[in-house]
Amino acid sequence: MGLLSSVFKKNVSTEPPKPAAAPSRSADVAAKPAETKKEVKPVADKITLGYTHLSGCTGCTVALADNYAGLLTLLDRYVDLKYMPTLADVRHVQKVDVSFVEGSVCINDKLAVEELKETREKSTIVVALGGCACYGNITRFCRGGQQNQPQHEAYLPINELIKVDVFIPGCAPTPQLIRNVAVMAYLLLKGTKEQKDLATAYLKPLMALPVQGTACGASTACFCDLMTNVIDQGLCMGCGSCASACPVNAITHEYGKPQGERDLCIKCGACYNQCPRSWFSFDVVENYEAINEAIMAALQ
Amino acid sequence: MGAELGKYKACVSARSTDKEILKHAQDGGIVTSLLGYALDTGIIDGAIVAATKDFAAKHPSLIMRDNSNWDMIEPWRPIPAVVSTKADLLAAAGTKYNISPNVSMIKEATRSFGLDKVGIVGTPCQMQAVRKLQLYPIGARDVGAAVALAVGIFCMENFPYQSILQLVEDHAAMKMESVKKMEIGKGKFWIYGKRGQVVQLPLKVTHKYEQPGCHVCLDYVANLGDISTGSVGSPDGWSTVFVRSKIGDSVWANAMAAGVFETQPIEKVKPGLELVTKLANEKITKNKNTLESRKTFGVGKALRNPYI
Repeated sequence: MGLLSSVFKKNVSTEPPKPAAAPSRSADVAAKPAETKKEVKPVADKITLGYTHLSGCTGCTVALADNYAGLLTLLDRYVDLKYMPTLADVRHVQKVDVSFVEGSVCINDKLAVEELKETREKSTIVVALGGCACYGNITRFCRGGQQNQPQHEAYLPINELIKVDVFIPGCAPTPQLIRNVAVMAYLLLKGTKEQKDLATAYLKPLMALPVQGTACGASTACFCDLMTNVIDQGLCMGCGSCASACPVNAITHEYGKPQGERDLCIKCGACYNQCPRSWFSFDVVENYEAINEAIMAALQ
Repeated sequence: MGAELGKYKACVSARSTDKEILKHAQDGGIVTSLLGYALDTGIIDGAIVAATKDFAAKHPSLIMRDNSNWDMIEPWRPIPAVVSTKADLLAAAGTKYNISPNVSMIKEATRSFGLDKVGIVGTPCQMQAVRKLQLYPIGARDVGAAVALAVGIFCMENFPYQSILQLVEDHAAMKMESVKKMEIGKGKFWIYGKRGQVVQLPLKVTHKYEQPGCHVCLDYVANLGDISTGSVGSPDGWSTVFVRSKIGDSVWANAMAAGVFETQPIEKVKPGLELVTKLANEKITKNKNTLESRKTFGVGKALRNPYI
């Protein structure tokens, strides 16, 4: 597939030239010691990334970090991390290409609301990272009363206050999905026409999520999405993806169809979004092998 | 159409060389032999398969630990199980003709069952689910890369368990307990009893009991499996096998070299690929029509289309 081989080629070519001295300790090293210390990162080619941390448990941050060496490769080659409360020195919102936002926003917290708005103003693409930012998730159940800010009681998913471009659902979102979206965002912003097409196809369903709404309204995800948009629509074929995806094991099967224990549901939206009958792109999934290989090659 | 059989590197008619497996097998024993070989050689260290009541009674620790399922353990109701030995695999062999939510075990297989290399067998929709969770792992952390072998089975449509109950006990007037084997072939639904009786139902009777979710499915031969297999296209006792992915290619080549299967060229057997193509096109055309009619299902109101 031309599309993907070009992705592969691009990655090979963007690989920073190895410092000449690294593999062979020849006389050249002594002659040009400065060479080995030279900055070789293709900085100009990178996209800039920010990370705004609102009311989330840091699980999304941990998931990002859990890409281990993959994260280092991402930072080395594709992404310049401009600001992030946990993993970068700069903590305040900067002008960036892509912002990840973790956590829902507490509307009683002036600072959080301002940070979120500033994030929107200063970013080309805003990504809601994780169940809380996308749908509210467990913070939907907040009733306030927690020291030392007992008056902080009302939390909203971020797309109720700002326009969000991409959702990465899941509680916690998986390191692999964060990685895939990061690579695709890079291709979308810096790639060739073909790579942009691939990234657009890949990101399309995740970009549709912020605008399509949910079953219970007001962007609340829950098992109801599966019930109303899949089962009640006569689309469920009982594969079991939802039960596997649920982080709290709230889904079992009755008559071959998922049955959610709604009191256990934390409203993260994983079941619905993992379901192959919620959204499914043949263009993307039929090329799973090549896309997986391209992503892995990008991180080699 | 042209794409009805999906991408594949090779297609053959095959059957297992293991007589013991053939005794339990639906057709050519492909799934059981392939997973058995993969277990033996460490390609996988466990597999998610559809087991049954007898299996669950003997191996309660290998099935889904889910209270709601205990009342549901009935004859011929498939229960997803994680097997890691050939004996357990063999005990779960055979097609059940109703839904087994195998993908529901895929995360747990890498967690409490501790598998690093998971084998999974499933219908085309389940292969779609597996590939979606590899590309878009929303609730499947570290699962995608652990899927070491996905074996797809051909599927025209599936039945809920209660439909099978209806067909066997009402239409065929047999007890579920007394059924030895079920099969769809030659335009009929066949039910073989343990005492030797055979009942056949025309598919005209079975159609209305099909699972509605199957009617929007656009995949007949498990296009997204590493290897996919089914009886259609091959003679009795043999199975048609598509080798699709790089993983599938390497596993199949090694299994062939180890003498796990005997094969015949698909071009040489009757009815061959022609029938597979015909049925695939029938399914896809029928279901595309279903999707089309969903657009105008109400008065100016559509039913949802999952494909984007």
